[in-house]
Formats: sequence, C-alpha cells, structure tokens
Amino acid sequence: MTQNSTQLVATPGQTIGPFYGYALPYEKDSQLVHRAHAGSIRLHGVVYDGQGTPIPDALLEIWQADETGVISRETGSLVRDDHTFTGFGRAAVDNEGHYTFTTVNPGATQEGKAPFISLVVFARGLLNKLHTRIYLPEDTDALANDPLLSSLPEERRKTLIATREANGDLYFDIRLQGENETVFLSYPGA
Amino acid sequence: MTANTDETFDESHVIENDSAVIDSDAAADSQDFITNQINKIHDEYQQGKAEGRPEETQPRIDFAPYRSSVLRHPTKDLHHADPETIELWSPAFGHRDVHALEADLTIQHNGEPLGERIVVRGKVLDGAGRPVRNQLVEIWQANAAGRYIHKRDQHPAPIDPNFTGVGRCLTGDDGSYEFTTIKPAPYPWKNHHNAWRPAHIHFSLFGTDFTQRMITQMYFPGDPLFSLDPIYQSITDQQARDRLVATYDHNVTSHEWATGYTWDIVLSGSNRTWMEDEDAE
Ligand SMILES: [Fe+2]
Repeated sequence: MTQNSTQLVATPGQTIGPFYGYALPYEKDSQLVHRAHAGSIRLHGVVYDGQGTPIPDALLEIWQADETGVISRETGSLVRDDHTFTGFGRAAVDNEGHYTFTTVNPGATQEGKAPFISLVVFARGLLNKLHTRIYLPEDTDALANDPLLSSLPEERRKTLIATREANGDLYFDIRLQGENETVFLSYPGA
Repeated sequence: MTANTDETFDESHVIENDSAVIDSDAAADSQDFITNQINKIHDEYQQGKAEGRPEETQPRIDFAPYRSSVLRHPTKDLHHADPETIELWSPAFGHRDVHALEADLTIQHNGEPLGERIVVRGKVLDGAGRPVRNQLVEIWQANAAGRYIHKRDQHPAPIDPNFTGVGRCLTGDDGSYEFTTIKPAPYPWKNHHNAWRPAHIHFSLFGTDFTQRMITQMYFPGDPLFSLDPIYQSITDQQARDRLVATYDHNVTSHEWATGYTWDIVLSGSNRTWMEDEDAE
C-alpha cells in the first residue's frame, strides 16, 4: 500500500494537434445518456481563444457522477448501449467552436457538497491538457462553502459555474485566455 | 497549398488571428528565426535553473515559437485544487469497449500497409510506479509517407489505402501496452517557412484518477528534426524531452518481421487513498 508517494517524474504532455479527428471521436461519444432518457439535459457552450474567437479544433471530455451522486464503475463508454451510465463523454467542437453533451445533472457525491462535472480541454495550439470544473448553479449554500470556489476572487469564481437555461439545459463557455479567462486547475503530484 | 495544414487547421482563420498579435509575416518566419527564439528561451531556463529555479518537467503552454499557442494558453497561473470525489476516479474501460485486434494497425484493411513495420511496447505507470491496469490507450499517426487520413491534411504525399493510422488497446495487469504499426514519416506544417515535424505517434492515456488524463507524442531516437521543432522544444528541459523518445530495443525486434521500440509512460501522481484490495484488484 502506497499513498501519495510520487517517486517517478511524469512524462510530458504535448498538444493534441489538428489530426485527432479520425482517431478520438466515436459514435455517441458525447451522449452519456440517450436524449429520450428522463432527466436528460444538454450541456453546451463555446471554446474561445484570447481574442474571443471561437476555436474550431478543440476536444473536450467530461467525467461525472450520476443523478444520485454515484460514480459509475461500468465499462461501455466507447460502445454505448443507451442504458448504462458510464459517466464519461467526449466531444469535438464544431467549426464554430461549439460543443454539446447529452447528460444528466450530477448529484452531490457527499451530503452538502456542490455538484460539479470534471472537464478536460485539449486543442491544437494548446501544448498541454487543461483541467477545470463545471459547477451546477442551483445549490448556492453548497457553492458558498465549496473549498475551491471559496479560494477564488468573485470575478474568477463565476467562470466555473454553469448557467441554467429556461429549458433546463446547462450552458458553459471555456475561455482559454483573456477577459473572463476560465480558471484552470493543477493538482498535487502533477 | 503545398504543405499540409498541421497546426493551421483553417489557414485563413488561424494565421490571421495568430499573426495579428505577432507580426504580419509570422507564417513566413525562417527556421533560423524560430530556432533562435527557441534557444533564447532555453538559455533563460538554464540560467534560471543554475540560479536555483525549479526543473521543468512539462511543456510550457506559453511558447511563442509554436505560433498557434500564442492565443491559446491561459495567462493566469493554474489554480491549485485538492482533487475531490469524481476527480479521484477514472472511467472504466473493458473488452466491450476495445477489441484486441485494434492494437494492430497493420491489419485494418485488405492489404499490408507500406513502410517499416514496427512494434511499440511499454508500460503505463503512475507517479508511485504502480502499473495502471486495464486502462485505455489510444494512438494516431501519419503513414510511412508522412500523410494523415484527415480531410485537412493537404501534404502532397501518398495516402496508403491499407493504413488508417488509428489504434487502441487496454493495458494489462502489469500496465503493459503493445501496438504493431508502421513507422510514421516526418511531415511539413505551416508554423514557419520550411517547418517539419519530427516523426511521432500521438498517445492518449487515462490513469486511475481523472486528474492524470493526458495526451502526448512519442518520438523516435536520433531524429534530426528535434532541435528545429517548436512543439518538442516547448519542453525546455533536455531530460524531460528525452522522456518522450522511445528506445530501439532489439529484444522487441522479431526475426524477419518487425523492428521494436520500448516506451514507458509515467502519469502524474495518484491522489486516491489506495486500499490493499484496490492494489490487488
Ligand atoms: Fe501529428
């Protein structure tokens, strides 16, 4: 048994480049649940560069708990059966930088915790991956008590909280640089 | 258009945007100009290290010689987070997801692809040296002529109808992976005048924690293009750069069949509290 004992130096990352398009996307990659699933929502937004121009060659992945806060251990993300919730999704942005996932609202993984979706961003021109979180906007008490959000100034904190649209969908833009730059995360041992 | 569009996905869009903040002729910079820019950054890094600044182990995300990075890197420091709940786990992949034959890129069509058949094998380990078991490894690459099967690749080198250049596998209980493929060739791109990428295979990896998710590129030993390539040189430390270069391994080479390379991949540290049963799982 070992715990947090980093002895080896991590291999460096590199950009995803422009040619992942025939390798990484797969059928139903962005559909964590079927659109007809009760409680299904669309999570969408746009990826922008430092001039506010949409980036047409980014790839996003999400990883999240189910509606009850359970972290799935099911296989089958790459070959969807439209019934099993695996918690993982992948979406290449379109030519206008827009991405779409079909998923469910994640539940709190612990009582009183603010639910969030873990997001990783890859793009041509981006030399390493970037991690961030997409928080649901509803539980304002939990958001106020969240350790990560509490450690951020107000104007940066809001870059991590999705907007709820009238039809129940979630909207979340990613800004790699510039005004309202998204907060990206580093973790211990990285 | 004579060179392929690697790194200039959409020429009109990207070059205009990038050059607006560098200079109007950015795309026409010479290799010497780019190499000097790389060397200057590396010299500053060496000097800083000599003065006690920490060793760098990952690429700089702000690396101007790679033109497309200029508007695509965060300018604020990454914010330290303690990983919580979902971040301490990764998606589970299994044999429903990946077929064993997907690890052989030379049998995906009716005929044999052209080029030098190679085997690339190694282990995926976490920062503590534990094997990363039953996890997904995905690769993609150019063919033996330096051409990708991609509509945006305009490099006038031949497509090989018997080679797609995409593979997947699951790691074994000891973290091992193995692919059979064709050695990719270098290819031109539009970062600057006469820019060529060293031969490489793109690798995508998952760990036990989602925080370990990574995408990188594996290179081949002794490539003469290393010192000229701003993507490879965005890693300022030579030891760190060496970690992306596979080793020719005659024990992996097989008689009258394929040459062999080994390349181990170390993910960042796992932050999960590991239980005996998980270790033994
Ligand atoms: Fe490439």
